[in-house]
Amino acid sequence: MKRITTINTRDLNKSLSVGGCGECQTSCQSACKTSCGVTNQKCENVNA
Amino acid sequence: MIHQYKLNGYNIVLDTYSGAIHTVDDLAYDIISLYKEKSTEEIITSMLEKYKADKTITREEILSCIEDIKELEKAGKLFSKDIYENRAFDFKNRKTDIKALCLHVAHTCNLNCEYCFASQGKYHGERALMPFEVGKRALDFLIENSGSRHNLEVDFFGGEPLMNFEVVKKLVKYAREQEKLHNKNFRFTLTTNGLLIDDDVIAFVNKEMSNVVLSLDGRKEVHDSLRKTISGQGSYDIIIPKFKKLVEARGGKNYYIRGTFTHNNIDFLKDILHMADLGFTELSMEPVVCAPDEPYALTEKDLPILKEQYELLAKEMIKRDSENRGFTFYHYMLDLTHGPCIYKRISGCGSGTEYLAVTPWGDLYPCHQFVGDEKFKLGDIYNGIVNTKVRDEFKLCNAYARPECKDCWAKLYCSGGCAANSYHATGNILGTYKYGCELLKKRIECAIMIKIAEQNV
Repeated sequence: MKRITTINTRDLNKSLSVGGCGECQTSCQSACKTSCGVTNQKCENVNA
Repeated sequence: MIHQYKLNGYNIVLDTYSGAIHTVDDLAYDIISLYKEKSTEEIITSMLEKYKADKTITREEILSCIEDIKELEKAGKLFSKDIYENRAFDFKNRKTDIKALCLHVAHTCNLNCEYCFASQGKYHGERALMPFEVGKRALDFLIENSGSRHNLEVDFFGGEPLMNFEVVKKLVKYAREQEKLHNKNFRFTLTTNGLLIDDDVIAFVNKEMSNVVLSLDGRKEVHDSLRKTISGQGSYDIIIPKFKKLVEARGGKNYYIRGTFTHNNIDFLKDILHMADLGFTELSMEPVVCAPDEPYALTEKDLPILKEQYELLAKEMIKRDSENRGFTFYHYMLDLTHGPCIYKRISGCGSGTEYLAVTPWGDLYPCHQFVGDEKFKLGDIYNGIVNTKVRDEFKLCNAYARPECKDCWAKLYCSGGCAANSYHATGNILGTYKYGCELLKKRIECAIMIKIAEQNV
């Protein structure tokens, strides 16, 4: 596309079928302790 | 739902429900903003008028761009529908295993920080150290309630956890024995003010802690103004050499230098850069959590300045990265290709369900921020969760639970925000801490911009 570049991202719709294993880190446990941001957590599902 | 913004020379379009991110030129940016409101002919007329000085913008060019947008819409990467809200996300009835504990091993502290949410470590109660037997039972409780989850997290927290270092060491030893028996993997974190760090602590922490959070507010004068010893002296000069020694010996394992900014240092970028200039590369800086009448509370007037600071930070990080002296900022870390799934994006931090805080005597709370507030007490490590009413409120606390999040583009980045912040700002865990929302949205915009800049598109 000439005027639009799409960045490679995880498709959230598709993650419906493979996600939810819960092995990922608890958001608040890592560094912030005062705010919830989930997007800086890595997915730990090796099958996803 | 989409979100469009311009930052650092980039035109960025986010598609909320698919998670797709696009960078576009000015024409596409304008067309996308009109796409759902205007007809094709109206868009063409409007664009020809706006770009009349640019002879390359023709009717055909505009039509071609509209076709591209249609294609992205068809592919589910633009204007994608919310397919989550009405699906069977039955959060109340879902089974939740516990996977993380914040162990309050010391409700006491050797600092007397004015802004401490934990009331100088006491959490509005008596000073206390967690006995080994309580900690041991807490670890057993975690294993018993963790179901099939393999990775378990334990944060040694306080107060100042190193004031109970011998118990911390014994608990880690016990956990290492138990993880083999139960096929679990413990990941430990220690959050410390640094005063008691010595060679023994460094050797232990660097061997056993998968993450260590070191509290430093930045510049000496900023740090010392609020982070004082019991005798009222600043703690900066004591902790800096200790932090440096610990990090140098850490061998690349995770750590964060973590600061708090207040109304007193709304130019907090200088504090982050001070941390970086000290040689630290893993940095975190959080807005203060406190009552609005405190002299150091952030104000409405501060907000535009704070937002600008986040933008300047993002630009400085790109610059330093290009000079091979980059650093990480916790809230700008994004894993776009292998980040959290939609379940995590909706359910958030898991406080009160997957994540609990344990007091020195074994009481359970939804998270460290609620400890000491009796109405949030969930139960204890001996009898488990008995206050199922509060537990169920937390189960339901997610990106779709807050009415004010309904039309917000950022809800799948923050999961509706921190329950404690909501409660402290509105009296309800399902309220919205709007000030925090404003800061979070700015941080997400900056983080995504950095990712785009990294990919050089």
